[in-house]
Amino acid sequence: MSNIETIRGFVVENFLFGDGEQLTDDMSFLENGIIDSTGILEVISFLEETYGISIQDDELVPENLDSINNIAVFVENKLALVPDSQERHVG
Amino acid sequence: MCGITGIYSFNGSDTLSLDTLKRMTAVMQYRGPDEAGIYIDSFVGLGHARLSIIDLCSGTQPIHNEDKTMWIIYNGEVYNYPELREKLVQKGHTFYTTSDTEVILHLYEEKGPACLDDLNGQFALAIWDSKKRELFLARDRIGIRPLYYTRYKDTLIFASEVKSIFMVDEIPRQIDPVAMDQIFTFWTTLPGVSIFKDICELPPGHYLRAAHGKVSINKYWDIPFYPRHEQVDLSPAEISEKIHELLLDAVRIRLRADVPVGAYLSGGLDSSGVTSLVVQNFNSDVRTFGIRFEEDAFDEGKYQNRMVFFLKANHKEIMATNDEIGESLNNVIWHCEKPLLRTAPVPLFLLSKLVRQSGIKVVLTGEGADEIFGGYNIFRETKVRRFWARQPDSTMRPGLIGQLYPYIFDNPRLKRMLESFFGMGLDQFDDPLFSHLVRWENTGKIKTFFSDELKAAIGSYDGYEQVKESLPDGYAGWDTLSRAQYLETSLFLSNYLLSSQGDRVAMANSIEIRLPYLDPRLMEFMGRVPSKWKILGLNEKHILKKSFQGILPDDIVNRAKHPYRAPIEQSLFSGKALESVHDMLSETSLSNAGLFDPAKVNRLKNKLINGGEASETDNMALVGILSSQMVARDYIDDFSSRTENVIDKLPRTVIFDRKNKTDYVGVKNAD
Repeated sequence: MSNIETIRGFVVENFLFGDGEQLTDDMSFLENGIIDSTGILEVISFLEETYGISIQDDELVPENLDSINNIAVFVENKLALVPDSQERHVG
Repeated sequence: MCGITGIYSFNGSDTLSLDTLKRMTAVMQYRGPDEAGIYIDSFVGLGHARLSIIDLCSGTQPIHNEDKTMWIIYNGEVYNYPELREKLVQKGHTFYTTSDTEVILHLYEEKGPACLDDLNGQFALAIWDSKKRELFLARDRIGIRPLYYTRYKDTLIFASEVKSIFMVDEIPRQIDPVAMDQIFTFWTTLPGVSIFKDICELPPGHYLRAAHGKVSINKYWDIPFYPRHEQVDLSPAEISEKIHELLLDAVRIRLRADVPVGAYLSGGLDSSGVTSLVVQNFNSDVRTFGIRFEEDAFDEGKYQNRMVFFLKANHKEIMATNDEIGESLNNVIWHCEKPLLRTAPVPLFLLSKLVRQSGIKVVLTGEGADEIFGGYNIFRETKVRRFWARQPDSTMRPGLIGQLYPYIFDNPRLKRMLESFFGMGLDQFDDPLFSHLVRWENTGKIKTFFSDELKAAIGSYDGYEQVKESLPDGYAGWDTLSRAQYLETSLFLSNYLLSSQGDRVAMANSIEIRLPYLDPRLMEFMGRVPSKWKILGLNEKHILKKSFQGILPDDIVNRAKHPYRAPIEQSLFSGKALESVHDMLSETSLSNAGLFDPAKVNRLKNKLINGGEASETDNMALVGILSSQMVARDYIDDFSSRTENVIDKLPRTVIFDRKNKTDYVGVKNAD
């Protein structure tokens, strides 16, 4: 499963409760009310657990987290910096 | 405090039976367990369940005028009744009781509907003018006391609670899809409706007249706000002084009763202020009552104890455990008669039980102060977002949001994301609903759980449009805070707080609440106070705090506001409630009710069971779905079996049978 599919699956299951038909990969979570002010915590835990990455405070910005595409790019960049974790956690 | 109910048969039909009136009165007997009264003639039947507070001996209702052509049933208190009575006596009216009820009837004889302008109190009432064959229903300004009605064929049926109307077997019982949409957006139904199809609520500040088959509804009052040029030009010190004076009198007249009056004491500014005024001016031995929670996030014990010590109060408290909150939710929904998105009403229900057990029937509460004086975070949030909207690219301005919600922003990592969340819709600052759109949009997301059938029935209904259309003339000329206060007061206070966290959960245990902050003189005065003094910078309730200086300890006046909330996931997804929660949320129960999509609800359930932390939205969805299921089961499917033997609960009942020209006292249902 690609990163995009994994992230998408998580968002659809946890925030849209299975109803993912309308969700496009570049849709802003904030603008479309997909994730609320506390839901972002769930996203962070999911990314850290799934990809074994550690997200720094200054990385918690909409540019990294506000759509499936943003997250996917962010995760890929993070994983590129942590070569060991890539094989263990992806897929 | 009492319950009222009645039927007006325009054509004098046979369906108007004594037995039906007894059942309608008996089903809300907890509103008035002391005695009951019924009036019946060829056109009208009136039922009254009485909680005796003023004129314990002769205040039995219905009460009539001098020649017995006008009859009143009444739920509430009019605090300025001694002054009104004196004027009526001077005009030649004679009284056979010392109750406030009789004063209202004579005042109505004198002035008609305009009598409502003179009443300072909380009430829902019905007056039957048998000569004109006119029925007059009215509700207090802000909606402290409930009143519902429905038209069915050639009858008008009304009652303090919907369940009483449903005791008329022919009345259809259905969930109204549009009302579901409203609750899952605004946290409550909008004024004028209930969760049940065709069961209307008489809006606060309105009266209804019915005669000869025609029904008309009129507004006699609205929440007062004014444009800047009509506001007062007094200094904050002068305003605070005036508020102190008005509040002291509001408390003074609310202590009028022939039984002892207690007070709720949370440790917050509002209830502490009211209780201090009582102790320091009227009754140093007042009984006080407070709620404690297991978890620190909800508990205000430290400040409550501080106030108990400061006032040397005769205090009792309940521990609202997670278990007990979960277990009592269903009972609370039976009393609230609508789906809820919060469990916060439950501890108040547990509290009123303690009050009752302590032998007290009446308590003062601090409700209303946040709306009138500008206490809620949504007001400060609006102010910050308005300020931010003037320079949307500012990096400093959004930082102010964090000061408003320290309990959400306690994780500094989330600062940027949360700021972006509150930065949504900044460009909508000229929208009349600007202050509330973030909240409503966020809440509205839980409509995703609605079933396809429910969504189809709601269709293109737009709640925002309905709210916009209902805004009063002049709204556009008010400042941002006044507009936000109007929305918060007219929607959330009147339809949710005063009902689900007010009248219903208190009356469930036969307790009357009295609310000094909602004295109309106080509301009128504060409506003319400039917003800059209400929230000074970001300091909420500045005027009220100032007026309490010297009356309350500084640490109570200056403490950060603690929003009253109760645990949700912890109460429902663990302990004793778990089994019934599973049952109510099972695929069979959900499919039966047809309101929600079972597959989606199952995903939510799995998320919570698997230890996922519930977000604010998940919690709202959980209570909303569960409570809707309870309403559907208890009021649609099981209503008849649930209310089968209610008539056994009817206390000593006085019956005025004008059909047969006899009056008598019935014992239970033996007559």
